[in-house]
Amino acid sequence: MAYSDKVLDHYNNPRNVGSLDRTSSSVGTGMVGAPECGDVMKLQIQVNDATGIIEDAKFKTFGCGSAIASSSLATEWLKGRSVDEALMIKNTDIVNELSLPPVKIHCSVLAEDAIKAAISDYRKKQGSEVATPVAQTVA
Amino acid sequence: MKSPIYLDNHATTRVDPRVVEAMLPYFTESFGNAASRNHEFGWVAEQGVENARKQVASLIGASPKEIIFTSGATESNNLAIKGVAEMYAEKGNHIITAATEHKAVLDTCKKLEKQGFRITILPVKGDGLVDLDMLREAITDKTILVSIMYANNEIGVVQPVAEIGKICRERGVLFHTDAVQAVGKIPVDVNADNIDIASLTAHKVYGPKGVGALYVRRRNPRVQLTAQMDGGGHERGMRSGTMNVPAIVGLGEACAIAQREMAAEIEYSRTLRDRLKARLEAGLDEVYVNGSMEHRLPGNLNISFAYVEGESLLMGISDVAVSSGSACTSATLEPSYVLKALGLGDEIAHSSIRFGIGRFNTQEEVDYVADKLIDVVTKLRELSPLYEMFKEGIDLSTVQWAHD
Repeated sequence: MAYSDKVLDHYNNPRNVGSLDRTSSSVGTGMVGAPECGDVMKLQIQVNDATGIIEDAKFKTFGCGSAIASSSLATEWLKGRSVDEALMIKNTDIVNELSLPPVKIHCSVLAEDAIKAAISDYRKKQGSEVATPVAQTVA
Repeated sequence: MKSPIYLDNHATTRVDPRVVEAMLPYFTESFGNAASRNHEFGWVAEQGVENARKQVASLIGASPKEIIFTSGATESNNLAIKGVAEMYAEKGNHIITAATEHKAVLDTCKKLEKQGFRITILPVKGDGLVDLDMLREAITDKTILVSIMYANNEIGVVQPVAEIGKICRERGVLFHTDAVQAVGKIPVDVNADNIDIASLTAHKVYGPKGVGALYVRRRNPRVQLTAQMDGGGHERGMRSGTMNVPAIVGLGEACAIAQREMAAEIEYSRTLRDRLKARLEAGLDEVYVNGSMEHRLPGNLNISFAYVEGESLLMGISDVAVSSGSACTSATLEPSYVLKALGLGDEIAHSSIRFGIGRFNTQEEVDYVADKLIDVVTKLRELSPLYEMFKEGIDLSTVQWAHD
């Protein structure tokens, strides 16, 4: 399979790899996927509690190149957005940006799920209502 | 060192230049139809075919009359299994095979099942080997055929073929073996191994694609097959169709070379394979060999790099041709059924790479691949949430994953 240049770039130079302190009240952690499906994404956001702006985002992904690229791209897009803006990121945006072929669309869905899961976790810690239900991962 | 490096010799092999040399005249001056009995062109072609028949037979300890030429292993497997099923349908309707067989065997059996045959698919043990006691228990008075492969195409595991053949003979059941990966790589002897029918193909032994053979025993017992292709009655009526003379000559030459050079080649590929394995195990933790190391083709290594997904791994070694058992490299999004049959967890199956080392590989190539893999696996593990969890001491099997 031929990969797009953008997928290759994220694979070769993944952005924002790492972990944030999952016990911190200003960090939201989303872990989606399952090893038997061949994809597990962990995405974390660090939010400025005063402004609601995502100041940092980190990821770790077990999965194919497209899954790595989708989550790497997601962290780039998350930084500097408000939590509400972050919820507007759709998997189709990721598909378009990375030129993912149809068989890899599930990777983008997983990235969207990871974003939502991280935000949901953050909001839970903050004691606010979960505005958006966490989407179920498509196996 | 040439790039890309080819380490996928279970998929196919490069045609040996000596094989090409032997084939060439049969495209041009010796172009005759081997079935033309009344002129020189036909005789020369027939001579080429009959010489090849001797070469193939000699490699597996058979008589030339027991070799039927086909278009390759898929046709050989189809002809063997469907041919026996149809010919011996009055004797019984039960066929036994194993979970790790090639699709050409499994799907052929599935088709027969739809036609009313009863198929038993034996599981394999954790090392990939068939349990002989289970085989004994599975045989009934309705069993007409056991089809168990000689060596597996993914994990290279070599089955106890001689013992399987012995069990079949004692019970009066025919024994077919898909010997595609074994012939020319390790000693195969149809008599010592108690084989009644065996499939083989040229392109796995440095011959051309599109030609193979079926060994069909003529004595003790005499095996009969119902032809699956009707026509001019070639190949003792078992396989009609004009002989593919240049390809058959190529198959013969490939077998002759394999027979002459086998001992040295086994030593050579085993040394390279063991070197690759040792380097990977020295450079990385959490690597697991899939399948028995003891009962294995000398050039095969199937290894899982835990916590790293196979396709992402292949992406990092794009100048190396290997295969992965990962779902992402197949159209079905299912990991390898062979690895799953060993009882491996899906995540280990997703992390597997198959190396097939062959005649034309060098130590320099193996060293390059080992170093490169160690780099890529290390990098991908830095990216892997599973490796992080493993390092934190979390047992991944106890984690509740968020999925349907």
